[in-house]
Amino acid sequence: MFWNVTVSLLEGFMTTLELFCLTLIFAIPLGLIISFGSMSKIFPIKWISKTVVWVIRGTPLMLQLIVVFYGPELIAGWIGELGIDNALFNALAGMKGLDRFPSVLLAFVINYACYFSEIYRGGIESIPKGQYEACQVLGMTKSQTFFRVVLLQVVKRIVPPMGNEIITLVKDTSLARTIAVYEIIWNAQKFIKNGGLLWPLIYAGAFYLIFNGLLTVIFSRIEKKMDYFKA
Amino acid sequence: MAILQVDSLKKSFGKNEVLKGISLSLEEGQVMSIIGSSGSGKTTLLRCINFLETADSGQIFVDGDVIFDGEDKSKHKAKETREKQLKIGLVFQQFNLFPQYNVFDNVTLAVKLKAKEREDYKGNKKQILKEIDENAKKILAEMGLSDKMEAYPWQLSGGQQQRVAIARALALEPKILFFDEPTSALDPELTIEVLKVIKELRNMGRTMVVVTHEMEFARNVSDKVIFMADGIIEEEGCPTDVFDHPKSEKTKAFLAKSFE
Repeated sequence: MFWNVTVSLLEGFMTTLELFCLTLIFAIPLGLIISFGSMSKIFPIKWISKTVVWVIRGTPLMLQLIVVFYGPELIAGWIGELGIDNALFNALAGMKGLDRFPSVLLAFVINYACYFSEIYRGGIESIPKGQYEACQVLGMTKSQTFFRVVLLQVVKRIVPPMGNEIITLVKDTSLARTIAVYEIIWNAQKFIKNGGLLWPLIYAGAFYLIFNGLLTVIFSRIEKKMDYFKA
Repeated sequence: MAILQVDSLKKSFGKNEVLKGISLSLEEGQVMSIIGSSGSGKTTLLRCINFLETADSGQIFVDGDVIFDGEDKSKHKAKETREKQLKIGLVFQQFNLFPQYNVFDNVTLAVKLKAKEREDYKGNKKQILKEIDENAKKILAEMGLSDKMEAYPWQLSGGQQQRVAIARALALEPKILFFDEPTSALDPELTIEVLKVIKELRNMGRTMVVVTHEMEFARNVSDKVIFMADGIIEEEGCPTDVFDHPKSEKTKAFLAKSFE
């Protein structure tokens, strides 16, 4: 039995890991773009970025999963009811949503990119003005200033809050089961339904705990690595 | 011909006119001190000349070339401004060293980035980088920092950090070097250390403009002293004129307070 549970949980954990890794891969750079949007001097861009961040941070991730998964077909249905017969409306009315896993991934990427963007913004805005002025009088371009001088200082400052957020992401992946993506908690709950076994759920908790322990070690390593300078 | 010439430079922040028409000139190899109480506009003047602020009107010439013209309202290309920027160097009150780079890299970073724009960079990369490294070592040796090249800014005293900042500015070979209150963030003994370096630079024939509160230093080191008050040049001349025979009442009052 123990062996069966372990295999099932591992299978679920693979999905958890996949979601976790892919979310990070897409959300980390997307967050940077959103943070530039939020700091933009062009008003419409700034306004759009800030509004997106407000909506995404202001509503539950679980709700966002449901909207991404069921939303497109729901809207297609409404458009179909309008009964307008032309190519564009027919295309819209025939709109299909994404599959389960891509829907979850999309919702997670958007959600985490918004949280990351605020962490980046805080980091970037905390860099003293003197750093930018020094670069300017030394004749450096804006991109040289950002990539060669500012970025690493920002990274150093945001490692602790990013670590926090990334550990939260590990646990948030369990929300994927709301739209029946079979991650580790879903697989553990199966044993409650089918055999009244509670311990697999607690066993699943150990998976999270160990994985987050690993992440904690990695993050403190990164922090140590950047101890050579003070900023 | 003057190496630096400023003609009726004006700058306001909102309704507050900080520079009310500043004109000055400086010959090559001369040192000019700008003194005055805080709020007199001396730092703003320096920042306008260094493109950290944009003046509202007036003109600035370096070595005969217009680097700023208030009449020319066309948008300046970033690249052009950068080229002009490199004619002048600036040393900040707070040093503004790059914390993640060691002393040597602080000094060479901008020079190496600039070298990439050279047409012969690809072919002569090794040679060019070697020259930059050697030049940086030479400058750091002059600043007495040969044994600190691997150190990071936080490991240095304020005086050493300021000397690194001076080396960093010199590495780009500016025609004029500006100092914005270079010793205001330093303890007295470190102040002496930095002022000594500036004196040495003067003896090497560097053209420099120093905004300072160190009156003794201004008197000893400058060829020309400018006293600013309320956004205008209240008095200017050689150190003996300004310090020993001031004409303006404002200058007299300021000096009396400074030498109390």
